Amino acid sequence: MQDSSASTSNTVLEVENLQISYETRKGDVEAIQGVSFKVGEAETVGLVGESGCGKSTIAFGIVNFLGSNGKIVGGSIRFQGKELVGRSQEELKELRGDRISMVFQDPMQALNPSVQLGEQLAEVLTCHKDISQKEAWERCIQMLKRVNMPDVENVMIRYPHQISGGQQQRIVIAMAMLNNPALIIMDEPTTALDVTVEAAVLDLLEELKHDFNAANIFITHNLGVVARVSDYLCVMYAGQMVESGPIKDIFRNPRHPYTRGLLACVPRLGESKESSVLHPIRGRVPPPAERSKTECIFAPRCEFVTEDCRKARPGFTEIIPGHTARCIYALDIEDHSPAVKKRRKAKEGPAPVQTEALSEELISFDKLKVYYPTESNSLVSLLGLGEKKYVKAVDDVSLRVAKGRTLGVVGESGCGKSTLVKGLIGLEAVTGGDLEFMGFDATQRVTSRDTKMIKEMQMVFQNPDSTLNPSYTVGSQIARPIKRFKTAPRGEVKNEVIKLLKAVRLPPTYYDRLPRQLSGGEKQRVGIARALASRPDLIVCDEPVSALDVSVQAAVINLLLEIQQVFGSSMIFIAHDLSVVRYFSDDIAVMYLGHVVEIGPADAIYMPPYHPYTEALLSAVPVPDPEVAQKELRLSGNVPSALDPPSGCVFHTRCPRRNMLSEDGNICETERPPWRDSARGHRILCHIPLKELEKVEAVVSSASAAA
Amino acid sequence: MATAEQATVPITIEAKPGIFRRLWAGLSILFASKIAVVGLVLVLFWVFVAIFAPLLTPYTPLEQDWKAPNQGPSRAHILGTDELGRDLWARMIYGARVVLVILPISENFWLPGGTAIWGVIVALIIGAALGLMGGYYGGWIDEIIMRLLDAMMAIPIILLYMIIMAALGASAFNVVLAMTIVGTPGIARLVRSLTMDIRTREYIRAAETRGESPWFIMFVEILPNARGPIIIDAMLRVGYAIFAMGTLGFLGLGIPPPSPDWGSMVAKGREFILSGSPWACLWPCVAIATLVVGLNLLADGLREESMRYQ
Repeated sequence: MQDSSASTSNTVLEVENLQISYETRKGDVEAIQGVSFKVGEAETVGLVGESGCGKSTIAFGIVNFLGSNGKIVGGSIRFQGKELVGRSQEELKELRGDRISMVFQDPMQALNPSVQLGEQLAEVLTCHKDISQKEAWERCIQMLKRVNMPDVENVMIRYPHQISGGQQQRIVIAMAMLNNPALIIMDEPTTALDVTVEAAVLDLLEELKHDFNAANIFITHNLGVVARVSDYLCVMYAGQMVESGPIKDIFRNPRHPYTRGLLACVPRLGESKESSVLHPIRGRVPPPAERSKTECIFAPRCEFVTEDCRKARPGFTEIIPGHTARCIYALDIEDHSPAVKKRRKAKEGPAPVQTEALSEELISFDKLKVYYPTESNSLVSLLGLGEKKYVKAVDDVSLRVAKGRTLGVVGESGCGKSTLVKGLIGLEAVTGGDLEFMGFDATQRVTSRDTKMIKEMQMVFQNPDSTLNPSYTVGSQIARPIKRFKTAPRGEVKNEVIKLLKAVRLPPTYYDRLPRQLSGGEKQRVGIARALASRPDLIVCDEPVSALDVSVQAAVINLLLEIQQVFGSSMIFIAHDLSVVRYFSDDIAVMYLGHVVEIGPADAIYMPPYHPYTEALLSAVPVPDPEVAQKELRLSGNVPSALDPPSGCVFHTRCPRRNMLSEDGNICETERPPWRDSARGHRILCHIPLKELEKVEAVVSSASAAA
Repeated sequence: MATAEQATVPITIEAKPGIFRRLWAGLSILFASKIAVVGLVLVLFWVFVAIFAPLLTPYTPLEQDWKAPNQGPSRAHILGTDELGRDLWARMIYGARVVLVILPISENFWLPGGTAIWGVIVALIIGAALGLMGGYYGGWIDEIIMRLLDAMMAIPIILLYMIIMAALGASAFNVVLAMTIVGTPGIARLVRSLTMDIRTREYIRAAETRGESPWFIMFVEILPNARGPIIIDAMLRVGYAIFAMGTLGFLGLGIPPPSPDWGSMVAKGREFILSGSPWACLWPCVAIATLVVGLNLLADGLREESMRYQ
């Protein structure tokens, strides 16, 4: 810390009543209004809210990256006691990268792909300081060591595409730290990363915060992440700060209906559909031009709205010193909004109905293999000579799905979840093994399958923006499968479509809409309706909610559950969010590098004995509760290449529990592990005997309580 | 609770997205760009005079006035006459007719839609089909199609035109054929690249999951989403086609005389520039220039505006 001691107080950044607007064709649009917060040294302030709430705009406002049409129209931003509003770009340039640095969401885009990493890092130093190239290089190496980068000297001369996503983000963080900045703004720094990598990066940030004494602003939409890293929380909604306070106060005692809604709409780790309900927030964040200036901005979506709410925009109500909420009922909100307290579901779940149907088997995978040949550019392989290499995307997977049940598939990206279902649906050719659907062979591709079998398997996709064909109306897209599979007579097609629209809770007026007129959640509903149109026995959901905002996520999950009850379809549910999978599924399969390593009933998976990989995944899940004690078990290294998977147990290169075996787990490197059946009805693929695994304590205290 | 999501979505009153509404949406994009409007005016002028040619002049393009050859503009002949005393205005607008409104197949038989338009449309159909197949199937099908088209693109365009026309003989039908052969590779490349992008979208996965045939996926799911760039490209191509017609006419390989053809008018009129009557050469040049520039402006303006709206 060189000159930060110049500022007398502990406060690094003070934002007061900030207002930002954008000039558009329709005149000025208010993007940020009435935002105030303070960040002190070695303190992290979290900004949370759904997309479109203005979180990033604040970050850009601080360093004035608002673009040609954005401007700060009011309020003040004081950085180390000096006013930033009204400063020229030239003056700000001196600060940016030196005293204030930023970390963005996608590290791939933050790094220049054609410049060596070392050079990019050193530039940060040489640009702002009078420092020799050699000295800068040395400092960079030290810094990379500091962010736990392995093989530092080597990394310095590599290019961004040669290292993994998690390592790239470490580089970006190192770059942000190099000049010992007083303020670091992080805009969704872990959103693009896998959960295990995310956990490691968050640990790192926590460590660095104390070592470097910097002030942090942490922007995210994920309540679990924010709970882990922040000291102080600001909840943003539609450009306004609706609640702010110390993190524990807000999570223990949320006072704004929006905060309460956000907390009630995500499943906690360990909660299941039998034990609790999710409460979605109705509607969606209004676009800036449609925000009312005369009433509470949250009024249209608030469940407890009264006439008084519509009279004026509410100011802040102080609950305890430091904890304020922008709601006129903030003090007695418990009387108005009992939602949070009554989350536990009282009614009897549909579970008994489902267990009756258990006997009938719908799908069985038997040693299924899906390999991709890799295309090498060498002349030898071009001529068809030489040895062919394969990416073993799915290797030896054996699974059974019973009728009416939901199978959840979890794992990091690249573990073969999607390929597995592509093989099932017939979009990928199966390389080996057996696959039966309702007793019929299903190893051939979709083009050579019988229409009857195609009809019984439909898919719901991840990305709401590309799930619907933008050229056709909603109605015609839902009608297409009905016509193709003749599920309704010709004259009845339109009625059938309207029935389906109703089933997914969309009004019939949506029949003639084009996809671009729909919001993300609505598009996803239409996608679900389209999958339902052929009355399939099996619906495969490939990350159906991961691209949606949390409040909409809950609504879509509830819809899928409801549909499963009404239509009685079986589901395969793929997701990387372990809380959501747990909530949704009856059975869960954990995949790693093309192999299923653990499978069984959902509640058994989330309790010891764990497979070491499952244990690591669970301990990495961000839990939206700062008071939950979670075990810290981190995986080292990267997922190995599926082109050349490790011998023996595929997980042995990263396994944190090898030391439980004699000789430090030599057997893991040479022999394939056996399946071990536990008493709770689940199977684990591991060398470590079950008795040993059972001794491991539960990852999250609340997880065991809920199950 | 699940119903709640759309409860507050403002229910806009909207009619069925009928043809007029869509047309209006398209036009409003067009009018937002001044460049596009200028282009549109130029193009519409030529389309108008071509359609109503018989009403806009008392002469026919072939009527010869022996007493008044090579004259400048006058009251009787507003743009003057050529070396055979034919009215230049009549020849110009009947020439536009051949380009934009009719395709003469034989003496007494013609098809609606001008020669240039037909050339582009046929090239578009074949090029789009090839591009879709190459882009969607990939692999060796793509390889064969693209290498064949590359081979065609390797031949200089003018040379290709001349080879084709010399082999087939000069007629309007053969001009269309030549334009198709020359235009196909470029269109196929464009459509292929668009297809390769669109085929990765999830709605294509959904169609495949439904077991739709490849033809359905290519023409019903993919093609409509590629239409924007294709339409703009087609407009530019009509411009190129008019240029090509002019070139072929000039070289004597176009629509055979005596039918009015801008290219052959320039070629003939050129001989009389130095003898003091440049009109017969000038007017068709102006016609080609304004129409081609108009189409280019229209395409550019549309492209800019449609990009902005994305």
